[in-house]
Amino acid sequence: MPAITFEDFTTGSVTEIGPRLVTADEIVAFAAAFDPQPMHLGDEGGRAAGLGGLIASGWHTCAILMRMIVDGFVRDAASMGSPGVEEVRWLKPVRPGDHLTARRTVLETRVSRSRPEMGLVTFLFEVRNQSGDVVMELTSPLMIGRRTPLEISD
Amino acid sequence: MQFFEDIEVGTRTVLGRHTFTADEIKTFAREFDPQPFHLDEAAAARSLFGGLIASGWHSVAMWMRLNIDHQQRADAARRARDEPVAELGLSPGFRELKWLKPVHVGDTITYATEVVATRVSNSRPGWGLITIRNTGTNQKGELALSFVSTAFLQRRPAG
Repeated sequence: MPAITFEDFTTGSVTEIGPRLVTADEIVAFAAAFDPQPMHLGDEGGRAAGLGGLIASGWHTCAILMRMIVDGFVRDAASMGSPGVEEVRWLKPVRPGDHLTARRTVLETRVSRSRPEMGLVTFLFEVRNQSGDVVMELTSPLMIGRRTPLEISD
Repeated sequence: MQFFEDIEVGTRTVLGRHTFTADEIKTFAREFDPQPFHLDEAAAARSLFGGLIASGWHSVAMWMRLNIDHQQRADAARRARDEPVAELGLSPGFRELKWLKPVHVGDTITYATEVVATRVSNSRPGWGLITIRNTGTNQKGELALSFVSTAFLQRRPAG
């Protein structure tokens, strides 16, 4: 049994995960594969778009957060994936050299009716840079196995 | 891109399709989502997914790639006809992303987008906001992913 199960998450609890350094090379590599727009491919493209230089694709910031989530707790949890993402807000650009941290707040926990061996834990992740600016907010439920599955009797 | 004024609610565009290989699924997962069902065929076969599946972030990032490729082809065609090309601004985000079916090795996902709403920006003169519903459908015709996103789009200059 993994160390962390559904029972370990309490509504309202707050945890910090990260930090994670973002480099220019990885911003460009992600953009070349998935979001080849000029502001994600080089400083010149970012300046031409009025953004002051290279910025990361918002999808890259999501993927980086996913890695922070896996390293932060999912690797040790009974993770069963996720049904989706309620909302993502891209609030500020992520730039080369940024150190990102994420504040994880548990918004809701509930046992799955259709699959009582697991529960859904809805998290808010607020991703900040080293200046304390929130660059992205992401709200998503994760499916996490239960330690003691019980019959649901309603 | 077309200018904001030329965007019609209800317009649906097929962006393209992509077949996911085991190698690219594992490459993405090693960097961004290293969970056993994205990385390890044997562990994935034992999981509830029954085999290796792409990270949801991988399957949705591929939507963005095909969206950009489609726009860049359309913009090149407009320039070839000496037509003006509107600038697409940054996106404030998205909502209601649903990973409805796992994307397995060898699955071919057809990506599409449909305009669901448009409005003039209150905060940024010269720009509008378009809201689009984006989908990925597998080779069996099953909806595999869906989300609703918003982006700034340049308005047609006056005169």
